[in-house]
Amino acid sequence: MATAEEVAKAAERRDVRDRWLLSAPALLVIFLAATGPLLIVLIYSFLTPGPYGDVKWQFSPDAWLSVFMERDIFDDTLSLAAAHVTIFWRSIKLAVVTTIATLALGFPTAYFMATRSEKTRDLWLFLITIPFWTNLLIRTFAVLQIIRNEGIINTILLKLGIVSAPVQILYTDTAILIGMAYVYLPLMVLPIYASMEKLDFRLVEAGYDLYATRFKVLRKIIFPLVKPGVIAGSILVFIPALGAYVTPSVLGGGKNMMLSNLIELQFGQGRNWPLGSALSITVMIIVMVALLAYVRNAGKSGVRHG
Amino acid sequence: MAKNFSIKHQTGFTAIAATCFIVLYLPIIVLVAYAFNAANSTSEWGGFSMRWFQSAWQNVQVIDATLRSFQIGAVAAMLSTIFATMAALATTRTASYPGLTFKYAAINQPLMVPEIVTGVALLIFFSRIKIFTGYSGLGYLIAAHTAFCIPFAYLPIRARLENMDLTLERAAADLYATPWKTFRRITLPLLWPGILAGLMLAFVISLDDVVITEFVKSGGQDTLPTYMLGQIRRGITPEINAISTAFLLLSVAIVTLFFFVSRKRD
Repeated sequence: MATAEEVAKAAERRDVRDRWLLSAPALLVIFLAATGPLLIVLIYSFLTPGPYGDVKWQFSPDAWLSVFMERDIFDDTLSLAAAHVTIFWRSIKLAVVTTIATLALGFPTAYFMATRSEKTRDLWLFLITIPFWTNLLIRTFAVLQIIRNEGIINTILLKLGIVSAPVQILYTDTAILIGMAYVYLPLMVLPIYASMEKLDFRLVEAGYDLYATRFKVLRKIIFPLVKPGVIAGSILVFIPALGAYVTPSVLGGGKNMMLSNLIELQFGQGRNWPLGSALSITVMIIVMVALLAYVRNAGKSGVRHG
Repeated sequence: MAKNFSIKHQTGFTAIAATCFIVLYLPIIVLVAYAFNAANSTSEWGGFSMRWFQSAWQNVQVIDATLRSFQIGAVAAMLSTIFATMAALATTRTASYPGLTFKYAAINQPLMVPEIVTGVALLIFFSRIKIFTGYSGLGYLIAAHTAFCIPFAYLPIRARLENMDLTLERAAADLYATPWKTFRRITLPLLWPGILAGLMLAFVISLDDVVITEFVKSGGQDTLPTYMLGQIRRGITPEINAISTAFLLLSVAIVTLFFFVSRKRD
């Protein structure tokens, strides 16, 4: 006869086994069509490019070297690949500026939403959710129609006589920046709003009772309390902005490439799959570093607030 | 101090918020307005007309891409919701067990990697399989969409499950209901709003995808967003506005539905 303890243990084991079986299909699909292929990318980054795309199964570190370096065709010396560095710099710069811009606009917006009465709050939330779930390509296209030379901004500026010729915004870095800030704004507002909604305004009141100024209350009470939301929002904006593909393709034209366009190029005309793979892994490493910084930060603030 | 001192006031915040809402909606309104433009280009206003909707409706490529989008979206949303429901049942309402954290990480993994990287990875992987098996149908797109829809479908289902305690299920078991019957009669009906929300979310996410589809699709497998991307790159006509408007309408309808399903608290 099994003891009660043994029976309980067996039941627990059965439960854990059942739970693995239940989650198996989801895990399998994700492994086959999302996680697993990433390992293949890593392998490909160490191979030799084939003449018509794809790869030859021959080890070569060249792809990794050419992420930042280029080999001189005459004397075989290595130098910094200016084109790649420019694109890396542009991508990181645009992603950071987009994050800052969406934070500057999104924080007050989230605060505004959270300070509405409970009934109207749902309406504001709904208004932010709609653009959030609308197709990113359509929203980018909408921005394109606003900022192009014949668009509404230039038409108004011309009519008012502020400028004599249309301002060229489209196909510049500014266009990409405007587009990204526009499409990713809801990603910043939603998590900040989520923490702001839980904010206890009695603490704010206490601050005022102690003669704090509005700015001081904002800086010393509100901001620290909603910091997890701010960090989550920044991560949610930074990651897709760094790997943005649609926005730079539509608004940046062919010249103002970002990392994703450079990667795409390697799998298209460039026919250098290993380099494309190495660049993809590099993007992933940057993202992982950002995520780790987030996890560490979130952990710390979690401890501080109990 | 002023009589009506509001502790919630912050100087300039309301103005910034108002600007944000206007800026969020203005481009969309302009886009929709120009869909009804009678002129041949989007540079001038030629009066109200439905001609671009007609033109889109008669465009075989548009209809073809739309149907393909729906087909992929429906299958991927269904599969991902079923898998996500099972995974949510397996990862909630339990003491921690070996592998639980791994499961959370694995399920959310598609959210952590930039789409471009997943797109490239799938391009490489599926091109190998294509050569190996000779199959080049919609299966690849459906598999890819199912994978990245799972974390989205999982979110509302898990949230719903976490708010359901086990009392009713235990009561059912005490009354000699089989586990399947308990699930069918108790768990499933209670979980249903979460599952519906997950399904809609997954469908919208699949319908919206551009990047991964762009890399995975074989020739002649354009979905509506990849078709539109191709057209926008070639130069724009109000027909794109018309298609976008129809697409927007559909998204708004689904989101509204989703909003009410997920907001309904009992």
